[in-house]
Amino acid sequence: MRPTSPRPVFLTRGLAVTAALALAALTACGGSSTGAAGGTATAPGQSGFNPPAMEAAKSLGSGEGQVNLIAWAGYAEDGSNDPKVDWVHPFEKATGCKVNTKVAGTSDEMVNLMKTGEYDAVSASGDASLRLIASGTAAPVNTDLIPNYKDVFDGLKLKPWNSVKGVAYGVPHGRGANLLMWRTDAVTPAPDSWGVVFDPASPHKGKVTAYDSPIYIADAALYLMSAKPELGIKNPYALDDKQFQAAVDLLKQQRQIIGEYWSDYTKEIQAFKGGDTVVGTTWQVIANLAKAEKAPVEVTLPKEGATGWSDTWMIAAKAKNPNCAYKWLDWIISPTANAQVAEWFGEAPANAKACAKTSDASFCDTFHATDEEYFSKVHFWTTPIAQCLDGRTDVTCKDYSEWTRAWTEIKG
Amino acid sequence: MTTSAAVGRTGPRARVAAFLHRHARVRLSLLLSAPLAWLGLAYLGALAALFVTAFWSTDTFTGDLIRTFTWANFQDLVTGDVYRTIALRSLGVAVAVTLIDLIVAFPMAFAMAKLASPRAQRWLVILVLTPLWASYLVKAYAWRVMLSADGVLGWGYGLGATIATLSYLWLPYMILPIYAGLERLPSSLLDAAGDLGARGWRTFRTVVWPLSFPAVVAGSIFTFSLSLGDYITVKIVGGKSQLIGNVVYDNIGAANNLPFAAAVATVPVVIMLVYLAAVRRTGALENL
Repeated sequence: MRPTSPRPVFLTRGLAVTAALALAALTACGGSSTGAAGGTATAPGQSGFNPPAMEAAKSLGSGEGQVNLIAWAGYAEDGSNDPKVDWVHPFEKATGCKVNTKVAGTSDEMVNLMKTGEYDAVSASGDASLRLIASGTAAPVNTDLIPNYKDVFDGLKLKPWNSVKGVAYGVPHGRGANLLMWRTDAVTPAPDSWGVVFDPASPHKGKVTAYDSPIYIADAALYLMSAKPELGIKNPYALDDKQFQAAVDLLKQQRQIIGEYWSDYTKEIQAFKGGDTVVGTTWQVIANLAKAEKAPVEVTLPKEGATGWSDTWMIAAKAKNPNCAYKWLDWIISPTANAQVAEWFGEAPANAKACAKTSDASFCDTFHATDEEYFSKVHFWTTPIAQCLDGRTDVTCKDYSEWTRAWTEIKG
Repeated sequence: MTTSAAVGRTGPRARVAAFLHRHARVRLSLLLSAPLAWLGLAYLGALAALFVTAFWSTDTFTGDLIRTFTWANFQDLVTGDVYRTIALRSLGVAVAVTLIDLIVAFPMAFAMAKLASPRAQRWLVILVLTPLWASYLVKAYAWRVMLSADGVLGWGYGLGATIATLSYLWLPYMILPIYAGLERLPSSLLDAAGDLGARGWRTFRTVVWPLSFPAVVAGSIFTFSLSLGDYITVKIVGGKSQLIGNVVYDNIGAANNLPFAAAVATVPVVIMLVYLAAVRRTGALENL
């Protein structure tokens, strides 16, 4: 148990990191790749829209004395939840920028708050970042002004959800996968495929759970990528009519065996602990907490891969305190702060050097921080848009509002 | 009458006071202007804004509002089977919660108003009010724990669990109006009914119920409308079911589609208007 956090993390999961991977990770850690080597993803979807022309800052002035942030809960801790968990006050002390944090609950709340123009920076998930870029709410970020950016894992740099046409619009904060969790006393043998939550004849009928969000349609699409290759799904966030219908049908069929949909994680921990739920999608941090509460659960990254999230700190186009915002972006991906936030929130840090700073020495292994092969199987949340993100131009894809309508229909 | 008093009367304050004294209508309008402005702007204004928004649309990618008139939201709402199902389900839940609360609250309120001593009455009112001091979320999560498979009740989650939890949450809103109504009912009427040979059931049917009906209606408006708009309880104990509130929430919270959410939100408003109109026909509103 880590002494610095009230959320104990138990390490029970065996790690399958091969020597080659460890080597790759070492290279990633040691390498100071400032450029767009290897990590650049030229997703064709990026050419799907042209963001408003904007210049990134060329140089930084002195701090404005404050910075207004929009953050996920747990991303900007100032010691008020746990006196030992505090990377805001050290920042204020080091830079003279007072931090005002507004915690947002959903990606859309973040988008709406950013549009008010009252905030300087936001920790946007992939299902919000593109929208902020397209609407001209977020500005390009000059990563040369952020010294710690060079230590960020290449697998996180210049990705479709944090850049457009090779221009960075923020710095990666951390990442995690949506995993498959099951109760070891109820589900045997141990599942290694998402098929266990989509099987209409499941023996666990009424005790299966799924994430309560339209973005979960991507989980079904991901499963169909291998279950029904004839559909030709290449990217679970780029679904044309036929592919989308197949995913929706699969989810409607899945609803028959669902016990409940979860959206907040205390609810899921309790459901697994009490046995109301025995199998379903989860996050690593939930698994850790459930195990800490002695629930007999295990997690795995199924053979089909998984969906996941990768958050990005972005700067508002109309930021009133851009200098302090840049300082914050540099601070949050600095090895120490990035290690603290990753441990507190339960996700893989973005900065390779953060792994040396975690209070739990094996933290980065548990969360697969250096395991690029692990994350190569993870399709990070991206906002589905009408222009297919997989590069197809002969069809239109279903956009997020249609995903939302469909989600309502799936739940019935 | 002294000179100084005469001087005081001609001061500006006194003149205003005298003017207001003579003009009762001006006095009344000044008194009501603040609450009326609040009602007009904050309440009706918000409803109007909601209704107008329902005819707009959003740019699905950037999330910006497109302020051009369209019927599309209502078309989707009317043609989609799923929205009809959800609306009917929400209606059913609201009716069930109201009935359960009525059945539990009426005997409780009767005992408080007519059977308990004045001292006990005060304590009972406090006891009924106490749950309102606790957070809504805490109470909903407490029910979640109780309903869990290894919990005290162990019923599991679903629509039934939602109805039970909502009935618990809104019970005070049903007890208090009925209690207030029954308190105003003279006990002598009950005695008179007894003297004329009516037994318990007949007294209830012909005296207590008709006289307390307006109070029952008042309580039912609370429980009905609160249940119709709820989306949190169903998220916590509803298993896989969803109500109108969830559709509204998902469209604002997840899809950023304010216009469609506004269109969906007009459904409970319409249901409430129909309900109030029906209640008005019974004449209960005049006796509130």
